[in-house]
Amino acid sequence: MENAQVLVHHGHAEPSFSTKTIWRTFWILLIITCTELTIGMFIAPHFHNLKIMFNILYIFLTLIKAFYIIAEFMHLRHELKNLLMTIIVPLFLFLWFIGAFLWDGNSYKNLRNNYDPYKKEQSQIKIDQHEHKTGVKKSGELE
Amino acid sequence: MATAVPVEQKWWSGGRSPFNIEYGKLMMWYFLMSDTFTFGAFLISYGTIRFSSNDWPDPNTVFSSFPFMGDTHLPLVFVSLMTFILIMSSVTMVLAVSAGHNNDKAGVMKWMVWTIIGGLAFLSCQAWEWTHLYREGAWWGSNPFLNFGGTKASTNFTNFFFTITGFHGFHVFSGVIINIIMLIMTYLGVFDRRGHYNMIEKAGLYWHFVDLVWVFVFTCFYLF
Repeated sequence: MENAQVLVHHGHAEPSFSTKTIWRTFWILLIITCTELTIGMFIAPHFHNLKIMFNILYIFLTLIKAFYIIAEFMHLRHELKNLLMTIIVPLFLFLWFIGAFLWDGNSYKNLRNNYDPYKKEQSQIKIDQHEHKTGVKKSGELE
Repeated sequence: MATAVPVEQKWWSGGRSPFNIEYGKLMMWYFLMSDTFTFGAFLISYGTIRFSSNDWPDPNTVFSSFPFMGDTHLPLVFVSLMTFILIMSSVTMVLAVSAGHNNDKAGVMKWMVWTIIGGLAFLSCQAWEWTHLYREGAWWGSNPFLNFGGTKASTNFTNFFFTITGFHGFHVFSGVIINIIMLIMTYLGVFDRRGHYNMIEKAGLYWHFVDLVWVFVFTCFYLF
């Protein structure tokens, strides 16, 4: 279609879709995923008190994966800088969005536990495992 | 990162695409941005509810089954397989786009077939996971699992899980349909006549987005 001619065909210094880069990115993604899984399955369960640290690690590794998928598979790294900015800047604002809401959720929990001792008490009642399994509860009780 | 361009070329003076990108491709990027915000809103609301809860089910306990392995406790193994399948299908998609750049019709078709197979495999796995969880009593409004600390869990867990993975699965499904259409169009020589395989590239962007969302869903539900 005509749109294709409107593009400036800048000479490609490097083959932008080289098979080598593709497979290299694949291996990076695979190794990072395996690392995340190893930590999640074998290491983290033994250090439950360090959960927050592990979560930050997962987020960090996931963001690296996201970066590689966007930059290489979606080819964004090789586009014009302006286009890159229209994608990257909103995503960075998004990171703030995530942080703010998680902080808010945590604050809600702390405030509620502080001012509502009944709720805190209720959330600490343990259920007998055997009793629980025999009668699968289907009641939809939301907090 | 910015491609070198002679000074006389004014990008915003009209007559050319200012981002040096086809209109359809640019619009696909912006559609993906809007979809990012939708998924982001879902995942962030999940995170907020979870952070505001005193306790939550342990993924290592809930997601420990594998097809045909009966009662064996294999935490997170099945979801790892699903992630691997989707990443592989993303790779085959890039290879299809790369073949398109070389106007290699047979190559494009080959890699698109692999991508479609990968998508269908992922959907099958997700369907199995849903069925298995349903048989254990999990569904919207019903949560048979206990929290990590042994307390009764709310249905927030299952509500969010099924809604978000369902929404994602719907995207995978539509992506597979789009890929099948791309395959048929390639076979019929539509892109050969046009002289370029840009359409495959656009479908590719959508597919990578689907993969990207899964990476985040997987992290939020299975690793945290």
